[in-house]
Amino acid sequence: MSHRPTAALALAAALVLPLVAACVPNDPAASGDATTGGAITVASTGDACDVSTAEAPSGTLTFTVTNEGDDVTEFYLLGEDGLRVVSEVENIGPGLSRDLVVQARPGTYWTACKPGMVGDGIRAEFTVTDSGTEVGPTGDTAEQLAAAEASYVAYVKDQVGALVAGTQEFADAYAAGDDATARDLYAATRVHWERVEPVAESFGDLDPLLDLREADLEDGATWTGWHLVEKDLWQPTPDANGGVTYTPLTPEQRTAAAADIVANTAKLQEQVNDPAFTFEAFQIANGAKELLDEVATGKVTGEEEIWSHTDLWDFQANVDGAHVAYEVLADVVQERDADLADALDERFAELQDLLTAQGSVESGFTSYDDLTDAQVKELAAAVDALSEPLSRLTTTVTGA
Amino acid sequence: MSDTTPGTPAEPTTAPGLSRRALLGIGGGVAAVAAAAGFGASRVAAQASAAAAASASPGTYAFTGARQAGVVTPAQDRLYLAAFDVTTDSRDELVALLRRWTTIAARLTQGLPAGPFGAASGPYDAPPDDTGEAADLPPAGLTLTFGFGRSLFVGTPAPDGTPGTDRFGLADRLPGGLVALPHFPADALDPARSDGDLVVQACADDPQVAVHAIRNLSRAAFGAATIRWTQLGYGRTSSTTTAQRTPRNLFGFKDGTANVKAEEPDALDEHVWVPASAADDDTADGVDSAWLTGGTYLVARRIRMLVETWDRTSLREQEALVGRNKGEGAPLSGGTEFTEPDFAATGRADAPLIATNSHVRLAHPDQNDGVRMLRRGYNFTDGNDSLGRLDAGLFFLAFVRDPRTHYVPMQNRLSGQDGLMEYLQHTGSGLFAVPPGVPDGALVLGPDGTPVDSDDGPFVGEALFA
Repeated sequence: MSHRPTAALALAAALVLPLVAACVPNDPAASGDATTGGAITVASTGDACDVSTAEAPSGTLTFTVTNEGDDVTEFYLLGEDGLRVVSEVENIGPGLSRDLVVQARPGTYWTACKPGMVGDGIRAEFTVTDSGTEVGPTGDTAEQLAAAEASYVAYVKDQVGALVAGTQEFADAYAAGDDATARDLYAATRVHWERVEPVAESFGDLDPLLDLREADLEDGATWTGWHLVEKDLWQPTPDANGGVTYTPLTPEQRTAAAADIVANTAKLQEQVNDPAFTFEAFQIANGAKELLDEVATGKVTGEEEIWSHTDLWDFQANVDGAHVAYEVLADVVQERDADLADALDERFAELQDLLTAQGSVESGFTSYDDLTDAQVKELAAAVDALSEPLSRLTTTVTGA
Repeated sequence: MSDTTPGTPAEPTTAPGLSRRALLGIGGGVAAVAAAAGFGASRVAAQASAAAAASASPGTYAFTGARQAGVVTPAQDRLYLAAFDVTTDSRDELVALLRRWTTIAARLTQGLPAGPFGAASGPYDAPPDDTGEAADLPPAGLTLTFGFGRSLFVGTPAPDGTPGTDRFGLADRLPGGLVALPHFPADALDPARSDGDLVVQACADDPQVAVHAIRNLSRAAFGAATIRWTQLGYGRTSSTTTAQRTPRNLFGFKDGTANVKAEEPDALDEHVWVPASAADDDTADGVDSAWLTGGTYLVARRIRMLVETWDRTSLREQEALVGRNKGEGAPLSGGTEFTEPDFAATGRADAPLIATNSHVRLAHPDQNDGVRMLRRGYNFTDGNDSLGRLDAGLFFLAFVRDPRTHYVPMQNRLSGQDGLMEYLQHTGSGLFAVPPGVPDGALVLGPDGTPVDSDDGPFVGEALFA
């Protein structure tokens, strides 16, 4: 079942494709104000909003906003109606500068500084002339993004549901001393966790309670969660345990550890099923990048699952999660930066091909310690190749 | 100031210090802005990029020109060299990588950030287009020099000798000099420190500037190439102009006294730059290597020095092995540093003053059919080994017109006979063809007058893909 949402979303994304004609030229040559060859400057003070020019050619515009006042300020580029926010930068402290980079089509706009972050702001009309540069759609993606957020939240709930069921089965086997069954279930159950890990991380303490590695433990702190049980299921030799003979958990400790994982997973489910739970587009996009960062620092190095060596399951799950996050946003990305969409499609596929060569969640993966150095390097290169364009997903989606 | 006329060719810097002309070699259009732009070497200022692009900032060398910079350029104090494996099989992707690299190199060498926004501006939800650690540093004389390894043309043969794969349709462009180096006596090469499809030599007077350059180029390579090995170097061990003092290697001896210098144009043509006749010779083998005419070859050897044993060697033996005195670097036949060694001179019992197994004798042009090379090596110290000994030595870099005549015979002789070999171990090796430079005025400039990416922009080695 785990792959079905991905496939459905991929199909949805694919259907959007034929509708997309415009693309954002990724051409820095078009950036800035042609009259100065650089950024448009905005000086925001308590009572003024000095924009260095009232007119600029269409294309990529960069407003460098400097807060020369004493209050925190904001800067908006608004549509002709003075209501629609084309783009904005917030929370600029006194003395600081920040860029607002926006794809602007020809037309009439309003610039607005909002010192003190209240009121309608200090406004001025701003004209974008036709430079002949093709510019993609801006602004009105709110509906698409809302749909993306709903899709993603549904995916999260689905995965957490599967995690809760799997965790119970795993915990029962482990607590009952059925190590063989527990070992079989370990990696396949964690897949559901690893797919949505950025969501769990957003709830603060659940992530360390469930997923802390022994190496991450503060001296004297109590170790709980999956990796405590992992070590007990794949007990290390003294050599692999800092020269100390490993002491297996007692039946009572086992019961407690299993109950702990079940209880914390239930808390996670409570949080994602709360009607107030949302995950915004920028969080989805950042989450995709974070999942690949997880792969780059923990999984491709074999540090996540040092006892079970089931790192490739986690690897696949992180990639699954990042792929879903990208796919729910794909139609927006396709519209705003078709080149980025193409690059991400291609590099997700290349990485998946390498993973598929090592197995699947259903049939099992090669143990990490059976991978050759060349295979690890190849996987790492594919992760880097994907992560670099993925790091531009958030800015493409938010337009900020 | 006629030097600042747009489009003035940037000649390789021939004088010590900085040539103002070289600073403006970035291409037509820039110089015009320069007059108005004023000065500002800070990379932070590059956001107001018109000013930074054109600023005649001290400490820059032209990126464009008939030759790539970083060969005859006065040797900077620091090195970071990276060899890359190309991970894509697509010729278009490879070309796109070289285009990106060319643009970034053209920017970084002029003290600009890697991308148009720089390290601390641009879209707030995007990672900065420059990594930022060089933001407040001067350009530090950064040069970036690119080369192609044999494996780019014909792949890597399997251990059983099965030929490699020509991934990019370049096999019939493999220049004759880009040979697989033979095994030299006593070689202890680590494959993880050897070879590579591409090489980038970053030299600067500040190590952070050199590392920043490689880091940003590596970032731009993700998806097309990955780093295979890198080498940090400090303390240049050669001088490439007569104005530079001859430096010392980790044996404590002056090194590279007899180096080919920038002030010797005839010697450069004879020993360093690949002549048109080389391509003619290749034509007979059905190979079109004209793309390398005017380029050169880079030989890289990581030579570990067993410094602990060297340090307990008597001064007598040290000088005898080198063939020069330690203080001044004068040949043991007498004179001063730049006195020609007299190999016939003898002392007591008619023994030669410069021993037959001494380094200076075996490496001298007289013993090597008159060949010379332009050496540009650096000292290195990569921590220590498990026995508590320094993993240190000389990262030998030499530019030659043909490794078959200008390197291999000499290295065979040295590796087999040089008394110094007792204290040396070659642990890494690479040979790369270094194409000519990107012509002056060819770069595509953005509205702010700085180089920008373009689908049809020029790139280093373009003739190879023509």
